[in-house]
Amino acid sequence: MNTATTTAHGNFSAHDDHGHEPGGIMRWITTTNHKDIGSMYLWFSFAMFLVGGCMALTIRSELFQPGLQIVQPEFFNQMTTLHGLIMVFGAIMPAFVGFANWMLPLQIGASDMAFGRMNNLSFWMLPPAALLLTTSLFVPGGAAAAGWTLYPPLTIQQGMGMDMAIFAIHILGISSIMGSINIATTIMNLRAPGMTLMKMPLFCWTWLVTAFLVIAVMPILAGAVTMTLTDRHFGTSFFNAAGGGDPVLFQHIFWFFGHPEVYIVIIPGFGIISQVISTFSRKPLFGYASMVYAVAAIGVLSFTVWAHHMYTTGLPLTAQLYFMYATMFIAVPTGVKIFNWTATMWGGSLTFETPMLFAIGFIFLFTIGGFSGLVLAMAAVDVQMQDTYYVVAHFHYTMVAGALFSAFAGAYYWLPKWTGHMYNETMGKVHFWCSFVFFNMTFFVQHFLGLAGMPRRIPDYALQFADFNKISTLGAFGFGLSQLLFLYNVIVCIRGGEKAPAKPWDGAEGLEWDVPSPAPHHTWEVQPVVK
Amino acid sequence: MAAQKEETYYYVPGPSAWPLVASFALLLMAAGSVMAMNKIGMGMPTLLAGVVVLLYMMHGWFAKVIGESRAGAYNKRVDVSFRWGMGWFIFSEVMFFAAFFGALFYIRTISVPDLSSLENAMIWPGFKAVWPTAGPAFKEHWDAMLPWGLPAVNTLLLLASGATLTWAHWGLMKEQRKQLIIGLFLTIVLGAIFLTFQVEEYSHAYSEMNLKLSTGGYGSTFYLLTGFHGFHVTLGAIMLAVMLFRSIKGDFSPKHHFAFEAVAWYWHFVDVVWLFLFVVVYWL
Repeated sequence: MNTATTTAHGNFSAHDDHGHEPGGIMRWITTTNHKDIGSMYLWFSFAMFLVGGCMALTIRSELFQPGLQIVQPEFFNQMTTLHGLIMVFGAIMPAFVGFANWMLPLQIGASDMAFGRMNNLSFWMLPPAALLLTTSLFVPGGAAAAGWTLYPPLTIQQGMGMDMAIFAIHILGISSIMGSINIATTIMNLRAPGMTLMKMPLFCWTWLVTAFLVIAVMPILAGAVTMTLTDRHFGTSFFNAAGGGDPVLFQHIFWFFGHPEVYIVIIPGFGIISQVISTFSRKPLFGYASMVYAVAAIGVLSFTVWAHHMYTTGLPLTAQLYFMYATMFIAVPTGVKIFNWTATMWGGSLTFETPMLFAIGFIFLFTIGGFSGLVLAMAAVDVQMQDTYYVVAHFHYTMVAGALFSAFAGAYYWLPKWTGHMYNETMGKVHFWCSFVFFNMTFFVQHFLGLAGMPRRIPDYALQFADFNKISTLGAFGFGLSQLLFLYNVIVCIRGGEKAPAKPWDGAEGLEWDVPSPAPHHTWEVQPVVK
Repeated sequence: MAAQKEETYYYVPGPSAWPLVASFALLLMAAGSVMAMNKIGMGMPTLLAGVVVLLYMMHGWFAKVIGESRAGAYNKRVDVSFRWGMGWFIFSEVMFFAAFFGALFYIRTISVPDLSSLENAMIWPGFKAVWPTAGPAFKEHWDAMLPWGLPAVNTLLLLASGATLTWAHWGLMKEQRKQLIIGLFLTIVLGAIFLTFQVEEYSHAYSEMNLKLSTGGYGSTFYLLTGFHGFHVTLGAIMLAVMLFRSIKGDFSPKHHFAFEAVAWYWHFVDVVWLFLFVVVYWL
């Protein structure tokens, strides 16, 4: 019944698993160690990134030329839907939970996460969800094909692939709520003596806000898809006007989840970028406190702007005005962050290792994505842009050049700590420049396509869009292939290479650099005292 | 040194296979539900198998947790983690109910008035925006659930159960085991009567009032809100039963009983949800 070991002074050893940890596959299945779980999260998210990426390439292949060449429209719709769901819930969110698992205990001086077994459970719930999503392609009627936003009435009409997507979302939701409860509790309760909240590295702060958002809005999404499920199978009328409901109701509930969700996806990235910029500028972060308040403000404001995704649903004019101004208001704390990052670099002794390149690329491109967001926030303009490629370009500037680039910055930044080896710097730089160039080649032209009126989620288009689509597709394949370089670099780095010192970056600050590289299996069993 | 070690010490559990068992159970339940809803024969057995695996997992996992607690692994600091964790969990539950309350408010104040507006007069001629409604296309006769019968009794039952639970907690604090056990027992009985009345109410609604899940917006919101609430009462009652069992076995001390408190928090949360339900679903 009780396998806990007691130490000489009648207390429990800080780690129950000393000395009798199973080997091989069972180590990974049964682990409660935050580093093992973090690694599993990161590998899983990268695998999902490749799966979702292949779906994106299928979409871009079909769009290489006008007309239907490669896939049928039904399958095209399944690809856009699964690409979105897999990238958001399978790739980006788990990637940042992986970073949190690895880095939070190291950064706050804790021996592990607050709930070790639950931590393992939140990871192991991901594979069943991924299985449901991917196998739904092979059931009668195929996978969900209503777009990742799952709007009714399309979702009410589709086959059992939609049910599989709904249950996959339920499982992914429970997993991320558990992960976030764990993260929030770890940050609130397990900080080392002296590590006050306002001394925490910014990555911890951004994750605390993110965890709050996840716990607040993932249940809302669960409610939305549950209503979809009962409308489909049990005769309810939530989204059916004949019964007094309204399809637009789904959009309200979905976007009440969905807008905080886009900040869930980007805010941990803000934390990584803040630390990377400060390290490679060899200066403390400019305006630490204002950064914290800005992140918190973004988190709170994100609950108040959801209907800017719904300007064309017949909202009253006053509602449109409110949502327009509220949305633009978010540009203020975001502007504070961009300003602070730039001010941190100002006058610093900058070097441009791969993490810094990705961080600067992030600032540059995320700002473009932010500005196109301001354009879309204007109700009168958005009526023209709704569901065009301008929207696709906008959110890929925030999701890819924002969230993904910050994940790459974080991965290169902490790889020496994780593996004990330096990655190949030249290969890293080539990876950055290929990603940067091909990313813009793919998505910058989509602004023009959208402005010219090309609708999204349609496998065919008018002839005048052909040239930009060709460029975009070629860029997409370039971008996809560049990511294999990252995979190769990581594998080489794990297997060998130049030994990394405990603190490989001379401008870096934080407790994680006080432990050896690679970080031993157990760290901070006696908590450090922060002055 | 020793004092500092005690203060910063934190128990981390050893390797465990229960999480994988749990995720396997969820896979079975999800796949089983999908198949059952799409009339595939394997669905129900798969779903039930998933439930069995889930119950097996919960039994094993919770037994391990109780064992660790009895062995003294959970010091003050772990206890604080549990408090944070349970607090965040209840917050997520609040947000889950918020989605359904939001749907109810939207249907009552936006979509139903909109359907009776001039804009929709051609599509739904003669539809009047009065609540309760089952929507413009619903032509059969049906009745809405009135508050001052069983629902009012149920409100009193749940409020009384909150009181008996607090009384049980006082017993625990004063080391009066008998009061603890009787209080818990009464709370469970009140919860069980509540659930019995809910079942009675549903069967009455289905057989005599023609009030069903398919009775438009009213039926949808009524059954999903009260149904999810009833489901939470069931979970709470099961958790209370585990607490009763542990109390009889001699667990918990006045200083160390967060499992009991967590269940009490949960029970009070379910109580508060009911008060909102009673006001906006049954009464107004």
